[in-house]
Amino acid sequence: MSGTGKILIEPVIDRNPITLQVLGVCSALAVTTQMIPALIMGLALTFVIACSSAAISAIRNHMPGNIRIIIQMTIIASLVILVDQFLKAFAYDISRQLSVFVGLIITNCIVLGRAEAYASSNPVVPSVLDGIGHGLGYGLVLLVVAFMRELFGSGKLFGIEILPLVSEGGWYVPNGLMLLAPSAFFIIGLMIWAIRAWKPAQVEKPEYQIHVVHRTEVV
Amino acid sequence: MEGLLGLFLRAVFIENLALAFFLGMCTFLAVSKKVETAIGLGLAVVVVQAITVPANAVIYQFMLRPGALDWAGLPDVDLSFLGLITYIGVIAAMVQILEMTLDRFFPALYSALGIFLPLITVNCAILGGSLFMVERNYDLAQSVTYGLGSGVGWALAIIALAGIREKLKYSDVPAGLQGLGITFITTGLMAMAFMAFSGIQL
Repeated sequence: MSGTGKILIEPVIDRNPITLQVLGVCSALAVTTQMIPALIMGLALTFVIACSSAAISAIRNHMPGNIRIIIQMTIIASLVILVDQFLKAFAYDISRQLSVFVGLIITNCIVLGRAEAYASSNPVVPSVLDGIGHGLGYGLVLLVVAFMRELFGSGKLFGIEILPLVSEGGWYVPNGLMLLAPSAFFIIGLMIWAIRAWKPAQVEKPEYQIHVVHRTEVV
Repeated sequence: MEGLLGLFLRAVFIENLALAFFLGMCTFLAVSKKVETAIGLGLAVVVVQAITVPANAVIYQFMLRPGALDWAGLPDVDLSFLGLITYIGVIAAMVQILEMTLDRFFPALYSALGIFLPLITVNCAILGGSLFMVERNYDLAQSVTYGLGSGVGWALAIIALAGIREKLKYSDVPAGLQGLGITFITTGLMAMAFMAFSGIQL
């Protein structure tokens, strides 16, 4: 049991796809101005990655090696079309808000990366768990970023007012920068800093070591 | 003509794919350590983007759009749900064809672009460009301009970031921010600088 639990939990923080593996960053930045689209996006990605991992690992022994990428792309694209049509039918407003980013799940490197690195060489059940774990890790980062951006940018969470705005008779002056592109980069950058301060094993080695000269030392 | 120039400038600066829409971020952060490689990748993106966006525009206009199959006597057919799988197929095929053509006729350019060409298939800037083209309903001339402009904008952003990172290597960054963290913050500052263009009306 501990083995399967580990497959599921490890990608959420210890090997988070966004902050450590730098995969799937595009949509993490673009859909996070509000909590609801971020949540939907996280769920959509988790669904796609779990199903694609299951499908790819189920046919892994029948897939010729040199055309595997195109097979994987076809499976992923079909699943994304499914999600896209589902959102258009049942949550049209959110689908408008996410615009092209649902389609871009196809080129989200997390999905193809897991298909290539894990699902194509492991049995079905661990592959699905691994997929769900990565989806959750991605969703978690999305929700944290969206939480900061929506709370400080428009004083709301999930569209419910938390900090009453000055323009509506309250006291909070919203930070407009939070709704714009650069804030997402800053928040993720600072998040990486926080996670690495907590888990120093993830810190990258500098490419160029600065030589510190002490006063007593002769250079 | 003026409209097209405006569209081009808007695609390069105001609606920069990398810095305003965060597209192609994975490669943007991973392949921006050296200016030389950034130039190679940027060039490849410009070429592929300028070919695939118009190609997908033609396919959308004459095959997938609701009512597009009128010429084949099927006015009620709406194939737009096949869009995603078609675009990614076209992109993968175009990259493959481009690779073979360059290998055969321009070996110098082929070796300069090297491994970046196949990588481009999974670059979301390319698919994103095609999806924006569909969403905004560009015609053929507009899609050529948009493809070229968005490619140039992306290339400009990655070359600028690579230039900054080459210098940044020698600075004293806190341990936790080393590498990925500081790159994110730098990109954020660059995005802020590019926002200065956002008020410009073209």
